[in-house]
Amino acid sequence: MWMYTLKRLLQGVITVWFIATATFFGMHSVPGDPLSGERATNATIRANLEARYGLDRPVSEQYFIFMGNMLRGDFGISYTQQNREVNDIIREHFPVSATLGLLAVLFAAAGGILFGALTALYRNRLPDYIIMFLVILGISVPSFVFAALGQLSLVNVNNVLGFSILPVAGWGTVGHMLLPALVLGLGTMAYMTRLMRSSMLEVMSADYIRTAKAKGLSPTRIFARHQLRNAVMPVITVLGPAIAAITTGGFVVELVFAIPGLGRYFVQAVQQLDYTVIMGTTVFYGAFLVFMVIMVDLVYSWIDPRVRLQ
Amino acid sequence: MDQHLKHPTAAVVPTLRPTDFEALGTQSAAPMLVRPSRSYWQDAWQRLKANKRALVSLYLVVGLILFTFAGPLVWRVDPALQDIDQISLAPGADRRALVVEPFAAWNGVTEWAESQGQRGLRVADSPNTQSVRLKWDPVAGAGGYMVYRNIYEPEGRDSLGLPLMQIEGAQNYYEDRLDLQPETYYYSLVPLDGAGQQGNDYQTVTAEVRRVITVDEVIARNLVDDPSALMPGDEVMLAWHPLGTDYLGRDMLARLMAGAQVSLFIGLLAPLLFVSFGVVYGATAGFIGGRLDQLFMRFADFVVALPFLLFMILFQVVFGIGPGESGIIPMMVALVILSWPATARLVRGQILQIREEAYVSAARLLGASNKYLITRHMIPNTLGVILVTLTFAVPTAIFTEAFLSFIGMGVAPPTASWGSMCNEGLKTMLTHPHELIFPAAMISITVLAFNLLGDGLRDALDARMRSSE
Repeated sequence: MWMYTLKRLLQGVITVWFIATATFFGMHSVPGDPLSGERATNATIRANLEARYGLDRPVSEQYFIFMGNMLRGDFGISYTQQNREVNDIIREHFPVSATLGLLAVLFAAAGGILFGALTALYRNRLPDYIIMFLVILGISVPSFVFAALGQLSLVNVNNVLGFSILPVAGWGTVGHMLLPALVLGLGTMAYMTRLMRSSMLEVMSADYIRTAKAKGLSPTRIFARHQLRNAVMPVITVLGPAIAAITTGGFVVELVFAIPGLGRYFVQAVQQLDYTVIMGTTVFYGAFLVFMVIMVDLVYSWIDPRVRLQ
Repeated sequence: MDQHLKHPTAAVVPTLRPTDFEALGTQSAAPMLVRPSRSYWQDAWQRLKANKRALVSLYLVVGLILFTFAGPLVWRVDPALQDIDQISLAPGADRRALVVEPFAAWNGVTEWAESQGQRGLRVADSPNTQSVRLKWDPVAGAGGYMVYRNIYEPEGRDSLGLPLMQIEGAQNYYEDRLDLQPETYYYSLVPLDGAGQQGNDYQTVTAEVRRVITVDEVIARNLVDDPSALMPGDEVMLAWHPLGTDYLGRDMLARLMAGAQVSLFIGLLAPLLFVSFGVVYGATAGFIGGRLDQLFMRFADFVVALPFLLFMILFQVVFGIGPGESGIIPMMVALVILSWPATARLVRGQILQIREEAYVSAARLLGASNKYLITRHMIPNTLGVILVTLTFAVPTAIFTEAFLSFIGMGVAPPTASWGSMCNEGLKTMLTHPHELIFPAAMISITVLAFNLLGDGLRDALDARMRSSE
């Protein structure tokens, strides 16, 4: 177990290093640099700035300087937002993205398990058909469409009621979070419902369920203790990739709802070639995703003792 | 014959005669195949046909392909052509226009019959898309006026809308010529005090703007057969846009078709490329095995671990979009580079499994060459899985393209793609929702069709992956 964890962590570190290196050289191969903006700088100022940021040195040397700083946990200062440290940007805006993502995953998992179990219990009856139709819709409609339509209908609902039940955009209160999180989680919820349904159907025809019925357990108890617990395993497996997809896929929802998350800074940084912010956010997101997947694998073996880690 | 089959311990062993070894001849009573045997693919096709949802999705896919490739031949409208008379036109909207004289400046004195005798702020001429003329009675003590325009009815001093003009002095008329559309506008007038500050009082007037067109424009745009009979006051029909126009007056239907070409080009070609690459990569690793397999799969693991969207965006930037380029090729390359490992893993797993099957061992024992094994056993047995993967890869690619274009990192304007159209539509969502809803619906329908088709194909082709429905 400990050996396995150690091995996975080591692999994770190598992956993050790989991501950092690939991003670094990819980024530097883009023509231009953060100083070549629309405002023309005169040659002396430019030379001074280059010297200050170390851009006058060869890329390979910059790479080693960057790696050294990164190991010390220092991603440097943003080129485009003066006097703002990349660490500060991450510290300030990642919690927003993380809160939104976590809430979305929560919505997705809760909804997926609930609806999946329902469809299996009502197999080939009306609730099953209705939910499965919605699931197909959820898989087929992109999140930005949900976001836009959700916002549009919220505006209309607020207009009709004459007061606002939920704020349409922005960030700050729980009310601000609900709609974006729901919208962000819908696709994953649909996917999880599907997964839960097939896993539940498999469990329902298992021998131990028949045994449980035979020894006279109540249907509720069978459902709660035997079916749900066993059927939920595959859903937990996809939780890792789901968190990954949701936190990175949050860009668009953040964009539509004007939420000050980290995604916006990343997209902005890429557009402006803000080297330090690109590196900081990419490495941070990369590490976050890699370790999320490892965590889920470990949790999985803890929940299901049959899964052996090697 | 029966006696020969008796238990060996039977006491009497009859002697064998040569006639015992003669052929029996054709047995007419042997079981016969009643139905012709069907191949795997025929069988799969039968099963697919029996699946109603899959069949519907197949029709949808055919319909989409027709829409994309035959559509522009039928609907010959340039998707980049701007119809400036009909901007952000909703589908089915009134496209009649009144023919009028060319615009002439207004002196603020003349007034049409309808408003004469009205007091306060009033519309002084028939409001049309050329101009809306406002006139008002001077407010006592006012040092000037501020004119506002809103498309919604103002609910108070704070919701007067767009400030159009600040008028100094005693002038008591204003002519609005700013981007007028045939809809209802609410004009508000706020008097300024001597110091130029706005007070809390305001007056509002409603103007229902009519679409007009000049004779010259009618002739230039070829809207009537006989221009010589055209008189101001006539009504003409403007160009027809079945799905309306976007915020630059471009025909939505033509743009949807052009966007379909981009979206389907990426959505079909990119999966084809990365699935093919994944198949070759995975099959090589699985078939050769050993250290090469290890090495190949480690590399695939690394690529999988890359945060997909971040790298998608980075690749887009690295490959760069030059001026005049559409950005389709960089997106394809990025998609292929990042998406192949899933297929490679799947195919490798399949190959490893098939390699150990008894029939492969049997074929090997009978002296089958590698080439024979690959072409006769490996490829036919993995083809079903590959086809299913390919079908599911299409919606993913379309999603990715739409997503990137939506955040403005995809195809470069003026190239239309469904994603970029959604992005543009989002800005006018509240006033002209059709600009968002049509491209969004196209994406959803396409993804839905390929998802359902993938489900159907999986059920038809691969018994092991069959969903439990």
